[in-house]
Amino acid sequence: MDYSVFDIIGPRMVGPSSSHTAGAARLGKVARRISGNDVAQVTFTLYGSFAKTYKGHGTDRALLAGIMGMEPDDPNLSSSLELARSAGLVYEFVISDAEPPHPNTVKMMITGSGGKKTEVVGSSIGGGNIKVVQLNGLAIEFTGEYPTLVIRHLDRPGVIGDVTGLMGQFNINIAFMRVFRHSKGQDAFMILETDNVIPKKVVSQVRALSDEIKDVYLIEAM
Amino acid sequence: MSISFTSGSELLSMCSKSNVKIFEIMLAREVYLSQKSKDSIISEMQENLSVMKRAIERGLTEDIRSVSGLTGGDAKKLRYYHEKGQTVAGQELNKAVAAAMAVLEVNGAMGQIVAAPTAGSSGILPGAIITTAERFGKTDEDVINALFTASAVGYLITNNATVAGAEGGCQAETGAAAAMAASAIVEMLGGTPAQALDAAAISIKNILGLVCDPIAGLVEAPCIKRNAIGTTNALISADLALAGITSIIPFDEVVEAMLKVGKSLPCELRETGTGGLAETPTGRQIRERIFGDI
Repeated sequence: MDYSVFDIIGPRMVGPSSSHTAGAARLGKVARRISGNDVAQVTFTLYGSFAKTYKGHGTDRALLAGIMGMEPDDPNLSSSLELARSAGLVYEFVISDAEPPHPNTVKMMITGSGGKKTEVVGSSIGGGNIKVVQLNGLAIEFTGEYPTLVIRHLDRPGVIGDVTGLMGQFNINIAFMRVFRHSKGQDAFMILETDNVIPKKVVSQVRALSDEIKDVYLIEAM
Repeated sequence: MSISFTSGSELLSMCSKSNVKIFEIMLAREVYLSQKSKDSIISEMQENLSVMKRAIERGLTEDIRSVSGLTGGDAKKLRYYHEKGQTVAGQELNKAVAAAMAVLEVNGAMGQIVAAPTAGSSGILPGAIITTAERFGKTDEDVINALFTASAVGYLITNNATVAGAEGGCQAETGAAAAMAASAIVEMLGGTPAQALDAAAISIKNILGLVCDPIAGLVEAPCIKRNAIGTTNALISADLALAGITSIIPFDEVVEAMLKVGKSLPCELRETGTGGLAETPTGRQIRERIFGDI
C-alpha cells in the first residue's frame, strides 16, 4: 500500500488512544458536518468498548470536542465538557449494553437550533479510522477518508444523473458512490466519495440542481 | 519518476545504486506520492517535531496525571533522579528514557502527541532521537532527516508486517518504534544504510514475542515503562550497529518473523486487556476501580 510518511509518523493527536480518542473526535466532527454545523443539543449513546471504557480514554470529551468542530489534535479537546457548558451546548451521555455492529460504536442524536433532528451512528475501527454506518435510521456506509458528499434527496428518476453530471463538469472523479433509501419514491441518501477536493461552490450548485435535492453536506477528507 | 520499494533489501540497493541515504529516498518517495513540494513535506515534519518537543517539555516539567488517575509523574521523578548525577545505567540513557516516558504520560493525560507509529509507542522515537541529537550537537534539519529515515523503516514494517498491538502484540508497536529510532540515530550519526537496517533488525529481535497486555485496556501501564525499555533498546541497538556489529538475520526476515510470532499470540495478549498483566489480581482490581463492574 502507498503509506505516506505521515501515516507512519503521525497523526498529531490528543491521547491516549487512536481508536477511543482520535477516532471518537472524528466521529463527532462528521456528525456535526451532517447536521449542517448546527448543534444545539446532542445525546451520545455509547456501545461496546466505548460504553465500557470511555472514562479512561476520554471518549466522552473527544466526541463532544468533535461535535463542537475540534480536530483530533486540538489541545482544547480535553476541556470540551467545560467549553460546551459555557457555550450553552446541551449534551448527555447514555450507556447502552445493546450489542453493537462494531466494538467501538456511538449513536449521536443531534437537535439543531431550529429543532431539526439528525441521527448519526458510527464506529471507530482502529488507528483513528472511522466508519459512519447509519444516518437518520438508514443503514449507509462511508469512511471519511475521501472528500465525501452526503446528499439527502427524494428517490426520483434523474436525480443521480444530475449530480454525477455536475461532478463531471467540475472534473471531480467519483471513487465510490452508493445510494440508500427508506422506501421507493421516498427519502433517500446518495453518498459520493471522490478523488478530488470538492470546492464549496459545488455544494451550492448541487443544492440548486433540483427540488428533489433536500440537503447537501460536504465532509472533507480526514 | 516513480520511487517505490517494498523491502529492506530493495531499499538498500536503491541507496547504493544512487549513493544516497535512506532519508533521501523516503523524502523523494513522498514527493512523488503526494505530489507536494519538498518544502511543504519538510515543514509538515517540522510541525510533528515541534509537537514531540512540546510533549517532552510538558511531561518533564508539569504535574501530569492521566484521565484514569492510574499514571503520571514518573518521567519527572526520573528527571530529578538523573539530574542529581548518579545513576546505574548512565545519565544520558536516563535522560532519553525520561523524555520517552514524558511523552507517554502526556498521552495518557489527553495531551498532544504524534503517533510514531502508534499512540501507545509514541515516546520512543522522540525520546531517543531528540536527546541524542542534543548530545551530538545536531540541528533540527538533521533530526527531520532522521525522522524520514525512521519513517522508511516504519513503512516497511507496516507494509510487510504490522505496527498494531491488536494484531502483533507489543513487539509490533514498541518494536517498530525502537527499530525506527535505532535506524534514524545510526543514519544521523553517519552510519551507512545497511547499518541503519541492522540496528532496526536488532531492535525487533531484542523484544520478539513481547505481548500487549494493557491494564484495564488503557494506554498507560505497562505502556509507559515499555516505552522506557523501548528507548533503551533503540539506543543500544544503534550502538551495536555503529560498532560494526551486523544482524545475523537480515531485516526483512526479522520483520516477517515478527509478523508470524504476532499471529501466533493468543487474542488475550493482543491489546484486549484480558491477559498477562491485565489479568493479574492487581490488574483486575485496577480495572474494577476505574470502570466499575460494567
